Amino acid sequence: METLIQQFINGLVIGSVYALIALGYTMVYGILGLINFAHGDVLMVGALVALQTMLFLMGMAPGMSPLVMLAIALAVAMVICMLLGFTMERLAYRRLRNAPRLAPLITAIGVSFLLQTLAMIIWGRNYHTFPQLISTAPLQPIPGVFVTPVQIAIVVVSALLMIGLLLLVNRTRIGRAMRATAENHRVASLMGVDTNAVIAMTFVIGAALAAVAGVMFASNYGIAHYGMGFMPGLKAFTAAVLGGIGNLGGAMLGGVVLGLVESFGAGYIEHFTFGFLNSSYQDIFAFLILGLVLIFRPTGLLGERVSDRA
Amino acid sequence: MNELVAAVPWLGKRNPTAARWLIILVAIAAPFIAWQFGRSWVRILDFALLYMMLALGLNLVVGFAGLLDLGYIAFYAVGAYTFALLASPHFGIHLPFWLILPLGAAFAALAGIMLGFPVLRLRGDYLAIVTLGFGEIVRIFMLNLNYPVNITNGPQGINMIDPINLFGWDLSRNIRIGEDFTINSLFLYYYFFLIAVAGSILFIQRLQISRIGRAWAAMRDDELAAKAIGINTRNMKLLAFALGATFGGVAGALFGAFQGFVSPESFSLMESIAVLTMVVFGGMGNIAGAVVGAFVLALLPEVLRDVAVPLQQTLFGHVLLDPEVLRMLLLSLAMILMMLLRPAGMIPARARYCHDKHLSATLKQEAAK
Repeated sequence: METLIQQFINGLVIGSVYALIALGYTMVYGILGLINFAHGDVLMVGALVALQTMLFLMGMAPGMSPLVMLAIALAVAMVICMLLGFTMERLAYRRLRNAPRLAPLITAIGVSFLLQTLAMIIWGRNYHTFPQLISTAPLQPIPGVFVTPVQIAIVVVSALLMIGLLLLVNRTRIGRAMRATAENHRVASLMGVDTNAVIAMTFVIGAALAAVAGVMFASNYGIAHYGMGFMPGLKAFTAAVLGGIGNLGGAMLGGVVLGLVESFGAGYIEHFTFGFLNSSYQDIFAFLILGLVLIFRPTGLLGERVSDRA
Repeated sequence: MNELVAAVPWLGKRNPTAARWLIILVAIAAPFIAWQFGRSWVRILDFALLYMMLALGLNLVVGFAGLLDLGYIAFYAVGAYTFALLASPHFGIHLPFWLILPLGAAFAALAGIMLGFPVLRLRGDYLAIVTLGFGEIVRIFMLNLNYPVNITNGPQGINMIDPINLFGWDLSRNIRIGEDFTINSLFLYYYFFLIAVAGSILFIQRLQISRIGRAWAAMRDDELAAKAIGINTRNMKLLAFALGATFGGVAGALFGAFQGFVSPESFSLMESIAVLTMVVFGGMGNIAGAVVGAFVLALLPEVLRDVAVPLQQTLFGHVLLDPEVLRMLLLSLAMILMMLLRPAGMIPARARYCHDKHLSATLKQEAAK
């Protein structure tokens, strides 16, 4: 029973990180129909920039309160990632908006590897220890079940950010412009929406969320390196598809569900396969889910019909 | 071959026959030229030929049939591991080369169909991600299938794979002629791979101008219209996956035998992307493009190793970017810039879907221009 609850908590924590990343995928997909392959690497950049900022602050002002330090690092990471998202859209994707379908995807793959390489040049190939500014001393709410303050912070912050995003999209002027653009670019622009600005905005918001997710991801595992964005990026994409791509609520649900499946799967796979497969197969679950969802329910859990743009 | 001929600068259009002979001559003379720069360059040429085969196979899937496959290296892995398991001391099995090669091809084709079935209904970008996932799954299994039964030997990989043995003729042995003249085994492998690549080119060329090639082109350009004119797109997609995978499998088996060692490290996503970049760089849907792209991008990192490192030494006093990083940097930049500036690749595909003799006189004139 304790194991079950423990796996549930672990799944929920990692799932909320996936959900945050998935939002970025799903927003861009909803508006452009583009899988922004490089989104996972924005997360990596966010984590590494935050790391660099923290190290800098620790050197400059050793007495600073950890929370303030974390907030500053987070802010810097978000700003850098927003700039990155904006630049990416401007330089790589905007010109390909009307190109054949494969062209932007191949470009996105190129951008992803470019970011990884640049990160490798700047930060090297090594794994960096990520400073734990929030305590990682485990609490025991139930005997035998461990929760760290970092994990609680991750769940709370992602929940707040998701609510904020939903409010932004559903209640504000810019949110309405985003929804209109997703519905139909040309009509939206005829109605006076500056679709270019809206698309850039989407990338920027997605990148900011990815930066936060990156810091969370790195805090949760305590490490950061140039290739750390790839797997969570891929899994978050799976989460977005699972929830119904283009659907914000779906991305959140998909992220949490995927986190739980992965956590339970990794915990119990050894038991169910009689020791033949073990938890090193954890990464397979995301791909299996992706395959199954795309075959049996391509619209995802909450999705509407996916527009058929071959 | 005709596409390759036409791609030869200057000579290709003026004197195709001369260009053709020039290509053949260069292909035959290449290892002798490379030998002048050192032994390792012949080895690099051998690998370039394997990459050509991979690029040709991936071009079949991506360029001809329009299915973006990001897990292509998995088939290469299947071929390589088939060879490694059936011809090494790991299981103590040593089957003959001519038996394993078709087996490796068949397993890879089977893997291609296995991948093909679930993704039949998916469109372009979803397909890409699922194939990527497939490639990763294959790699994860290779890494972890050493427990509880040791099949793949995990991250260490499999060692001491038998060399290619053509009817008792061991390609890994240097041939001695007389006292002081030997033909290095790298040359033997080169010509063997060259024959394999030439055979692949011939096969793919015939395929492109066959009913199947036309069906793929139709499907790639408009799937709905292709269905409407009676093309069985399901079978055509499966065929594309299976045939593409076959080339990957054969190249993989050759790779395993040539290197004598396989490990999951050689089959990472980066390799899939590298092969894709070769196809994109050369020109999708174009045999010459795949060949030239593979040749350029397989040689590039090695040239960089020789040129960029000493250059950085003299400029900055130390090595700023090691060749591996430079390779990734250039591959990713190539992918982005090609798509932005020259989406059709260095050698844009010229649509050509029937045999020369069936072209009418006017079309021939068009083509000659």
